[in-house]
Amino acid sequence: MKKYIIQSIRLTLVLIVLLCIIYPISIALAGKLSKGNGGGEKIAKNGKIVGYELLGQSFTKPEYFWGRPSAVAYNAAGSAGSNKGPSNPDYLKEVQSRIDTLLKYNPGLKKSDIPADMVTASGSGLDPNISEQGAAIQIARVAKTRKISEQKVKDLVAMNTLKPLMGLFGPSSVNVLKLNLALDKL
Amino acid sequence: MNTELIGIIATFLLTLVIAIPLGKYLAKVFAGEKVWTDFLKPLETGIYKLSGINIKEQMDWKQQLKALLTINVLWLVYGFFVLIFQDKLPFNPDGNPGMTPDLAFNTIISFVANCNLQHYSGESGVSYLTQQFVLMFLQFVSAATGIAAAVVLFKAFRDKTTTQLGNFWEFFVRAITRLLLPLSIVIALILTFNGTPASYDGKDKFISLQGDTVNVSRGPAAQLIAIKHLGTNGGGYFGANSAHPFENPSYFTNMVEVIAQVIIPMAMIIAFGYFIRRRKLGWTIFGVMTVGLFMLMIPTLSSELGGNPALAKMGISQATGAMEGKEVRFGPAATAYWSTVTTVISTGSVNGMHDSTMPLTGLWQLLAMMINAVYGGCGVGLLNYFIYLIIAVFISGLMVGRTPEFLGHKVEAREIKIAAIITLLSPFLILAGTAIASYVFTNYGDASWAVQPKNWLNNPGFHGFSEMLYEVTSSNANNGSGFEGLGDNNIFWNVLTGVIIFLGRFLPIIGPVAIAGLLGAKKFIPESAGTLKTDTKTFALMTFAVILVLNALSYFPALALGPLAEYFTMLK
Repeated sequence: MKKYIIQSIRLTLVLIVLLCIIYPISIALAGKLSKGNGGGEKIAKNGKIVGYELLGQSFTKPEYFWGRPSAVAYNAAGSAGSNKGPSNPDYLKEVQSRIDTLLKYNPGLKKSDIPADMVTASGSGLDPNISEQGAAIQIARVAKTRKISEQKVKDLVAMNTLKPLMGLFGPSSVNVLKLNLALDKL
Repeated sequence: MNTELIGIIATFLLTLVIAIPLGKYLAKVFAGEKVWTDFLKPLETGIYKLSGINIKEQMDWKQQLKALLTINVLWLVYGFFVLIFQDKLPFNPDGNPGMTPDLAFNTIISFVANCNLQHYSGESGVSYLTQQFVLMFLQFVSAATGIAAAVVLFKAFRDKTTTQLGNFWEFFVRAITRLLLPLSIVIALILTFNGTPASYDGKDKFISLQGDTVNVSRGPAAQLIAIKHLGTNGGGYFGANSAHPFENPSYFTNMVEVIAQVIIPMAMIIAFGYFIRRRKLGWTIFGVMTVGLFMLMIPTLSSELGGNPALAKMGISQATGAMEGKEVRFGPAATAYWSTVTTVISTGSVNGMHDSTMPLTGLWQLLAMMINAVYGGCGVGLLNYFIYLIIAVFISGLMVGRTPEFLGHKVEAREIKIAAIITLLSPFLILAGTAIASYVFTNYGDASWAVQPKNWLNNPGFHGFSEMLYEVTSSNANNGSGFEGLGDNNIFWNVLTGVIIFLGRFLPIIGPVAIAGLLGAKKFIPESAGTLKTDTKTFALMTFAVILVLNALSYFPALALGPLAEYFTMLK
């Protein structure tokens, strides 16, 4: 028994050096070569950092495309989903009010055109994307508020749409922050 | 066919393409045969030398378990104190506080046990030191513990009669040097170059496009996320686990992570067949498990892709499926696929919130964790399945009126008793645990704990019951995922689930290893016409029936009160 205890202590110490020092530091060093230097890829506007490519942000002004509802209000100090169950009455009321808000700010929008992602909270609360349909239903509003042609906005959406992986796997998506930055650049 | 479905089919096929050769490789590694990674031998020799280990020393099953338990207890003590004092230790750039004793108790058991149930949030609950020197460390060694325990079982059935089951330390170290560490390096690099943070920078701050000030939690995440999947651990770096865009930046990384978590459990089954030179048995077990996977996955997909009926009534479009708690870049199909995979094996990482999935999805998730042997966790999946096998052998033996045998060894009263205790342990822990929780919730709602029992549940009615049932089931299965709406960081849940995780981890390791050791030491009886063959389709079906009947009988009432009741209420 005593032998096992001593062996355990020594083995643990050796493995801590290997697994908790050598391994992670090597990866961190290699990460310096990646696009965001291993600290997450940032996006700048006029030389100032305005966000991270992967992290969604809160957009409420009508001239911007809106992202998905978030359970953490897009505060990336934390992350969480709503954890609301599918039959929870309070939750269903919340969804209904999101539908109403969308209908109010997007005149002419049909309820049946609203995609689920625009009225449901994401898993992380930081989802940077919306679906293509989620962008499509906002084009008229954004164009009108910014007083530019709908076609121009549509083109921007198309340019900022990420197609399925290799054109084959998974859904397509629109990065809201990048799209809004492109709008501001017009 | 749409791209979301093609995506998950491709994911599954890629998993097989990687897991099968990996299984053959593992069989050779643990048999000490020549493999291409033998250039790592000097590293292993160095580790043995520094640790004072002589790998030539053979151990019997009792010595194996002694070594296993000794080192696990050591980790419990070491980790507990780091968690409590993390605020006073270095390497805490965000200034996070130390853990309360009950939270530290829960967290350390959870990570030593390969469960990774988390009652804290990574961003605010732990320091960088804790993340790497305790949590990530344990993700490596707890997976290696499971694998080494399974290899002991391999050893018991390779030779005709033996008590010499090899050296535990050797299996344990090799699981790290030949498998977990090299693959972790590859996956961590893939993640880093696809956007996951890997540096030691602290929190960042920026002003968003609309003018809000936003804080961003970061840190060395890629390193941990790699092993969290490979080792079927599942504990996330960030609170939202692999739904967080930093933990899982794209559809591509999602494929990598969901493949990474199944390859070792699958490979271990194949390795078993090759190692004991009964490939057909290995493939038969693999077949039963794969059928089980599809039987859980197909209905899950159907219930998620169908969307939430309550939202459908509101008149919106759910073209791709239910989206609450899911991320757009993965979509409902890949999230449903992940939810099945992460519950059949014991990872418990999530890329979407299980609490918000449809009632029937919750049912399949729960059932997957109750069975806990469809591939199962790193190494321990096979151990769990072995118990079902022994029960199936016993019942078949009774049916044909012969002394039951398994691989040439008589299965007698002692082995059956152990198997029966282990089989009964899960329903006991799950049902008693849920019952106690429900009792406290209804009778002691005002108890002055960090979260008062009346505020535990995030959802009313049947779904609330499911939240408690899920928490306990996940603990017993050492899964670690949760219906995260549950207010679980308080002394009741920390202690209850801590105890359940501990029992649910170590007894199901001790039991099968003991049975294997006892059987391996018995006289070998050559096969004859009267031998019950365990690698036939008939016996596969028998095992499948045993798994189904045992679990249905144990859990149907509880499942009826939770997800089934919610499902039928929603139909109204």
